Amino acid sequence: MKLQVKDLNSFYGPAHILFDIALDVGEGEVVALLGRNGAGKSTTFRSIVGLVENRSGRIVFEGRDVSREPTHAIVRGGLGYVPEERRIFTDLTVEENLEVGRQQRRDNAPYWTREKLFTLFPNLGEMRGRAGGRMSGGEQQMLTIARTLMGNPSLVLLDEPSEGLSPKIVEQMVDAILAMKKEGVSIVVSEQNLHFARLISDRAYIIERGRICFGGTMDELDARPDIRDAHLSL
Amino acid sequence: MAFYIAQFLTGLASAASLFLVASGLSIIFGVTRIVNFAHGAFYMLGAYIAFTLTERFSGALGFWGGIFVAALVVAVVGVLVEMVLLRRIYHSPELFQLLATFGLTLMVQDIVVLIWGPSDLLGRRAPGFKGAVDFFGQNIPSYDLFLIVLGPVVLGILWLLFQRTRWGILVRAATQDRDMVAALGVNQKWLFTSVFAVGVFLAALGGALQIPRDAVHHAMDLRIIVEVFVVVVIGGLGSIIGAFVAAVLVSELNAFGILIFPKISIILVFLVMAVVLIVRPWGLFGKPEAPARRTPGLTVNPWRPLTSNERLAAIAMLIVAAALPFFSGNYALTVGSEIAIFVIFAVSLHFLMSVGGLASFGHAAYFGLGAYGVAFLAKLAGLPMIACLLLGPLLGLFGAAVFGFFAVQLSGVYFAMLTLAFAQIVWSIAFQWVAVTGGDNGILGVWPEKWAASPSHFYWLSLGIAALAVLILRIIVFSPFGFALRATRDSPLRSEAIGINCKRIQWTAFVIAGTVAGLAGALFAYLKGSVFPDNMGISLSVDALVMVLLGGVETVSGAVVGAIVYKALNIWLVSQTDWSKLVLGAFIVLIVVAFPKGIVGTLESIISRRRKSSSSNSPLLTSRIETAE
Repeated sequence: MKLQVKDLNSFYGPAHILFDIALDVGEGEVVALLGRNGAGKSTTFRSIVGLVENRSGRIVFEGRDVSREPTHAIVRGGLGYVPEERRIFTDLTVEENLEVGRQQRRDNAPYWTREKLFTLFPNLGEMRGRAGGRMSGGEQQMLTIARTLMGNPSLVLLDEPSEGLSPKIVEQMVDAILAMKKEGVSIVVSEQNLHFARLISDRAYIIERGRICFGGTMDELDARPDIRDAHLSL
Repeated sequence: MAFYIAQFLTGLASAASLFLVASGLSIIFGVTRIVNFAHGAFYMLGAYIAFTLTERFSGALGFWGGIFVAALVVAVVGVLVEMVLLRRIYHSPELFQLLATFGLTLMVQDIVVLIWGPSDLLGRRAPGFKGAVDFFGQNIPSYDLFLIVLGPVVLGILWLLFQRTRWGILVRAATQDRDMVAALGVNQKWLFTSVFAVGVFLAALGGALQIPRDAVHHAMDLRIIVEVFVVVVIGGLGSIIGAFVAAVLVSELNAFGILIFPKISIILVFLVMAVVLIVRPWGLFGKPEAPARRTPGLTVNPWRPLTSNERLAAIAMLIVAAALPFFSGNYALTVGSEIAIFVIFAVSLHFLMSVGGLASFGHAAYFGLGAYGVAFLAKLAGLPMIACLLLGPLLGLFGAAVFGFFAVQLSGVYFAMLTLAFAQIVWSIAFQWVAVTGGDNGILGVWPEKWAASPSHFYWLSLGIAALAVLILRIIVFSPFGFALRATRDSPLRSEAIGINCKRIQWTAFVIAGTVAGLAGALFAYLKGSVFPDNMGISLSVDALVMVLLGGVETVSGAVVGAIVYKALNIWLVSQTDWSKLVLGAFIVLIVVAFPKGIVGTLESIISRRRKSSSSNSPLLTSRIETAE
């Protein structure tokens, strides 16, 4: 088991956001976390990497409980995080953005170099010196993913990678994610777009109002249109 | 012509140190979001330690090595300060960070006197740069030429450091989004510590390099920090290029200002700063910042007017206070009058910073203006006391109207820096314009008239005015204007969206606060019988801040309690020790770290905890602030 989340509860101030979240991710698996806006997808990811301080529960990554560790230590352990809203550093160039994400080589994870990432995301290779703030939304989204891969993670949390992108860019995104999977990176991807999720995922969880209400393979999800229609907007 | 060029070069030479200190402040602010008030203290420490080292070790190596080692030593001190103090307050509100670093400054002032004594120290001349270069009959010290070259060299080194090294890239990334940097596996703690060390190193180097030019003394920290604040406000906080350009600009304005207005040279700098603030409030090279998000639910216990029982209790306490002259001596009455005056002063600041959300670090300016207003009217115009008391505060009103107009264009730390700079400008005018203000000698013989001259009568007068001022400000807090002001404090954008003219409201609050402070100053002039530039000095501004903080920033009545407790303690402390700054500084740091809610705030939360036996509301000031999406 790559990542195991158990009894995860999170709070923003006095507000209880996540209730007993449980997730499993196997070695080399792509798992989708589906849910509507505000269902708790981003908070789940932020809680796993320790960006939400006020949380309880067990987060076991590669057999080690990381729930007491600070964010940077969790990430250094090989758990990569790609935030939504494309938080690239707008004042930094493409290459400098990648440099911020760079970490040492890891034995159990693929090793990414700048050049390798530029073949995965050819657009980025053509604008190495451009400031992050002067890129299109799709290019920024690629850059956030590439930046996290520079840390050579063995598992990546991808927060809504298709959000707000044109269909053509979404296609490229699907290819990139499948390429990452082929390299052996385990991936948890949060999505509202079931179609996108189906193209890349092995299994899916559905989250609604901070609770996991379904977990199973994509086929099992398709066999339950009632659940799909109740919790996802298509 | 040659003379003007020589003057120009002198200005450039002065810019070097100013740039070093300002760039250090900017770098630290960029990453940690803390405006390090103690930066002037590190500058001063650098100068003192460099003085000792260069005296101790001879030769060129002793001199240059001494300067470098001094900067390193201070950087190590900075690292300790960061690890022990700042790490505890990175998530505190800005006001607390400003106050804590100010507390440090106070401590360093006394420590420096303890170690090196109170007199000015004249350092060694720099080996190899002892002479002067003849420039068309004008002598230009060769050390000045060295400094002129040094400034751009340091700028270049910093540029390389930030553009070409991994550390520099991480710092620039953290300046923009520090959480994201952590989410990419970078240990923020050490990044912050290293940034702080570099910033402090630059400040200390700036101080150390001054010793061949200027005497080393224990007030140099405040002088530089005010200039540095002016520089970063003009240049834009967070921009190194901005710090360089503005340092040159300010130094040249000083160099030529002396020629144009020899008495009040600082006016020129002020005018330029005013123009920059109107055209580009975020500075020449700065970037506009998004409106700061306030701490969610800053006020845990919602404010309410006093209940009728509490009103009776307040009146009862006032009657007890009014009975003081019947059973105590003249000394106690003088102390009582002073406390009453400081209650007025503290509630005026409280009105501005707790109700209006504008933490002024230069509120003493308006207190002092009120005092000078009275002195002018009484001594020069010979008006009767009542007229003086009514008209004197108008000078405070006038000052608050002018400075407040500019100050409310900014918010948060910029506001704090600007108000401090304004206060220092007013102080400099009082200090330099000897013909009108008497300079350091002040204006003497401002005594109350017969009807108010006896200690008991003056005490009743002060107490009455204090009660009135507290009452009026409380009424304003719970008036529609007060609601609008609090709305503006809590969310400027939402307030604008419902039709509140935020700047107008804040300006009005500033003027009200300044006028009330002026009233306190007016009374103070009569209490002491004299006015001095120190009546508008920075330490008085900080006193007021500490009073509000001690009482409880988040409460309505904290300022009154804080003023009484603090002033009484202060008067007692000054009579007990020579090192009151050291004690006061440590006290401020202690309150910020351990006791941020103040006396009234703590009492309130104890009471509310008792009411709902297990309240789930966490104290937001002490807990970490999280921003929900």
